[in-house]
This record gives sequence, C-alpha cells and structure tokens, in this order.
Amino acid sequence: MILSVQGLGFKYPSHRVLKDVSFSLEKGECLAVLGTNGTGKSTLLKCINRILKAQKGTVIIDSHDVKKINQVKLAQKIGYVSQTNQSFKTTVFDTVLIGRKPYIKWDITKNDLDIVNSAIKMLELEEYSLRYIDELSGGEFQKVLIARALAQEPDILMFDEPTSSLDLKNQLEVINIIKKVVKSKGISALVTIHDLNLALRFANKFILLKDGKIFAAGGIEIVTAENIEYVYSVPVRVEKFENTPVIVPL
Amino acid sequence: MRQELYVQENSDGINSYKSYIKKKVIVAVLILLLVIALSIIALNVGSASLDMHQVFLSILGRGTDVSKVVIWRIRLPRIIGAIVAGAGLAVAGCVMQNNLRNPLASPSTLGISNASAFGANIAIVLLGAGSIRSTTADAVIIDNPYIVTLSAFLCSIIAMIVILMLAKSKGFSPESIVLAGVALSSLFTAGTTLIQYFADDVQVAAAVFWTFGDLGRLAWTEVIIMTIVITLSLIYFMLKRWDYNALDSGEEASKSLGVNVEKVRLGGMLVSSIVTAVSVSFLGIIGFVGLISPQIIRRIIGGDHRFLIPISALMGSLLLLFSDTLARTLIAPVILPVGAITSFLGAPLFLYLLLKGVKNR
Repeated sequence: MILSVQGLGFKYPSHRVLKDVSFSLEKGECLAVLGTNGTGKSTLLKCINRILKAQKGTVIIDSHDVKKINQVKLAQKIGYVSQTNQSFKTTVFDTVLIGRKPYIKWDITKNDLDIVNSAIKMLELEEYSLRYIDELSGGEFQKVLIARALAQEPDILMFDEPTSSLDLKNQLEVINIIKKVVKSKGISALVTIHDLNLALRFANKFILLKDGKIFAAGGIEIVTAENIEYVYSVPVRVEKFENTPVIVPL
Repeated sequence: MRQELYVQENSDGINSYKSYIKKKVIVAVLILLLVIALSIIALNVGSASLDMHQVFLSILGRGTDVSKVVIWRIRLPRIIGAIVAGAGLAVAGCVMQNNLRNPLASPSTLGISNASAFGANIAIVLLGAGSIRSTTADAVIIDNPYIVTLSAFLCSIIAMIVILMLAKSKGFSPESIVLAGVALSSLFTAGTTLIQYFADDVQVAAAVFWTFGDLGRLAWTEVIIMTIVITLSLIYFMLKRWDYNALDSGEEASKSLGVNVEKVRLGGMLVSSIVTAVSVSFLGIIGFVGLISPQIIRRIIGGDHRFLIPISALMGSLLLLFSDTLARTLIAPVILPVGAITSFLGAPLFLYLLLKGVKNR
C-alpha cells in the first residue's frame, strides 16, 4: 500500500469541507476522485500534500506519516499539478528542471539533467524544450507541468482537474499520458476530474465524494446510474460502448 | 545499437540546453566588460583633468600627491560605491519582484526607499548620529553610520511588513501594490518633511540635498560597509536561487516542490530591505535602478534566478555607474545628484512597462 488516508477531516473557519475520509491506494493504481463542485476534491488533494493542514485524521505515504516528514521529503514522494497555474518567462527545460528542486543541494547534477531530459522525452516536448512556457498552448503547458511532476520522481502523482481547460484532443492526450506514466513507472495516480466518461477511460479505482464524505469507493462497479444520480443530482443512464461503460445524462 | 542511439539523442537535448545556458554566461561577461570599461572611463573624467598615464600611476600609488588624492579619495570610492550600490539595489528589486510575484516591485516603487530615508533622517537630525553641514562637498557627515543604517533599516522593515501583508491579502493586483507603495512613500516623505521642518534653514537645505541620491558623499568606511553587506546579501540570494525559481510557478506549486514559501519570502524581503536601508542611508534615494535592471535582464535572458540575480546585479552596477558618470560630466564642473539622473532615465521605462501591461513577466 503506497497511500493510506484515515479519518481525514478538514474545515475552514466558516465551514467544514472534509469529514472522516478514509481510503487507500496501491502501487500502479489510478484513482479518480469524483463529485460536484465544492464537495472537497481539491481540498482532499491539498490535505494529502500538506498544502493545507488537515485538523483530523492521518495520511500515510509509503509508511511515513505526512505530518511528521519534512516538506522536501514529501516533495520526493508526491508530484502535484494544481488546478490553477501561472505561466511565466522560463523555458520548458527550466520549468521541468524545477521538478528536481527537492533533490538539489547546491547545484544540479548530470543526473538531474538526464531525468529532466527523459521526462521531456516521455511527454514528447523535445521540440519545445527551449521555448518560453508563456508562449505555449494550454495542452502543451499542461504537459510541461506533468513533466515537472515526473521529474520529482514521486511515488504518487496527483492531478487537480488536469483536463478542465483542454479541448477534446488534448484531454485524451493528457489522460493517455497519465495512464502511460503510471504504467511504465509503476507509480500511482490520484486525479480529480469532472468528466465522468474520461474518468472511466483511465481510472481503475473510484471515489465518489458527496458533501465532503465518501459516498462510495471501489472499482468500476461503483459507478452505477443510482450512485451518479445521487452524487450529482442528475438522472443518468450507464450504457456500454465497446466494453467501456459510458454515462449518458438523461 | 538502440541503446547507443538513445544515449546520443538523450545528450542532444542536454547539449542544446547547455549551449542555451552558455548564451546567458556570454551576456554576463559582456555586461561585466562594459562595467569594467565604464569604470576606466569614469576614472579618467572629472574636473581635475588628469590624463590616463597619471591615473594609472596614481592607482599604483606612484602619481603626484594631488592626483593620488583625486583618484583614491574622490573617484575610486565613488566608482566602487556606484558598482556596489547599483548591484545591491538591482538584486533587491529582482528578489522583491520574485517574492511578491510583482514585476513592478522595487525598493523605490514599494516605498521602502522613502521609509529608509525617513529612518535615516530621524537618526541624523533627531538622534544626532550625523552632523549636517552646508558645504556642497560634504552636505552630511555621518558620525555614526551604524545608528543611521539601523534606524533606516527599522523603518524599511515597517514599510516591508505593510507591503507583505497587503500582498498576502487576496485581490491586491500588482498595480494596487504599487499604489500602496505610493501611499507609503508619501507618508514617509511627510514624516521626513516634518522632521526637517523643525531643523534650522541650513540643516533643511542640507537635508533636502541629502535626500537626493548622491554618490559624492562616499568615503572608504561607507564603501566597505556597503560592500560587505551587499556581498553577503548576494550570497544569501544565490543560495535561495532555486527557491525563487520555484516561487515563479506559484505558491501551491512551490509548496508541493518542498519550498517553505513563507520563510523564503520573509527572508528575501528582509534581506532586500537591509540592502535598501544600507544604500539609502549612505547615498540617499536612488530610484528606478532596482526596478529596471532586473526587468531589462529578465527580457534578455528569461527568469532563471541562477543567472537573473548575478546579471541583474551587473546591470544595476552598469546603470548606476553610467548615470553617475553622466551626472559628473553633463554640466561639469557642476555635479548633478545621481538620483535625478536615474529617475530621468527610469521614469520613461517605468511608464513603458505600465503601458505594456504587467502580466507578462
């Protein structure tokens, strides 16, 4: 077990967001966190990553308590791509190089350059390598951020809505990359996502969050019309298309 | 064979990155050469008309007594002071721009320079750390540079804390932070004016003259203190260069990269305030060097702080040395205050930046 979350609770001064959230993640698993806006999906990722400090519960990563390990060590375990990202005047290579930050002592080594270079290769960004990231398209930029997270050599990759601002082609591309990376590196992924059908294409584990609580968790069998309808308050039908379930709103 | 091909391709990407890095080093070397060339020119111009040979001999300590005094007591401290203070102001601006994620941040635009000047005025006029004389050569003699600097520093910290708090509260755009800086500036200027109001006329004249940035009042003691402080700050900033690079990608991203954002930001702002305080208490207010140097360099080499910090420092040295040489030669033998020159050069550039929009960093 690479990640175990037990009884996680988080509240902002004004309102409670997460209540008693528990689940676990094995190596090689792709977990999709589903739920409506404001139900605490992003908060959950941030609590795992200690960007926010959860008031209750524990998060164990690779048998380390997240509360007790230092920030640098944590950054070596989790690569995180947040929902909002600003571009700035830095090249693709330099941006991915920052993914090595948790490992850099005084200066970068040959090893760092090699890792950055292969992350860039993996995401097929070679031809953009020396371009400034504020000149890239949304899809390319998203790929750069994934490459940066990969350069952290993490055990877990976390993505907060990685496809929300992308067109159909880029959505599929990014999802396929996440799938490919998880498989080839033998790591795990935790992804919040709004597009249910996209989630069904890549994830092999699901969590349905409703009002900050886990309503259902498990494999593809929990993605039923009743559950989706309850969580999103929208009547849906689950059809099969070439062996993959497809959710059709009614 | 496949493996070899892979290694070959792999090193291609790294090699092109390395040659990209090499270009930044070339920019650094070019600006360094310009600074050296300008220093030589600056050594040779001035009202005491010394030829190059005399200048050279005096540097080696073998010229006439007069030329030795001119070179060692007047021109050299001034030139080294310009190089050091320019570098200091530029890196302070560079780090402030990064820490606040605000391309318009700098010691002068955030009101930190004016706060330092206020603090220095308190020390000089009220605490008696300096004596003000009405001679043009030495308007102010600072008897106790430590008290002046400390007082300037304390006031700059107040301004810095206000700015940090405003920057932290959401909804403050880069432009409104600068507006807050304007408000702080006028507040501290008002304070300075009040202090000067209670001084006698000779003191007022001298104090006003003092507030204008001027490199002519530097003696070796001040140059040495400034050099030590600014060198240490540069080392500190360079140690944090990777943190600053991470900060560019946003607060959450930096946290997830293992950066202690609050600590890095507080440290960066604190050390830049020290740099500002030291240079303001010895030289008065020199505007725009801190804003423009990192801006120019960022446009040339990009935002990588491994190079942005040292090359901005060089650019700051170049700009201040150039402005000071201009100030000395423009209507010689009258020497203009260098603060006026940097503002003349800087204000149009600042307006240009505003017009171009501040979103593109």
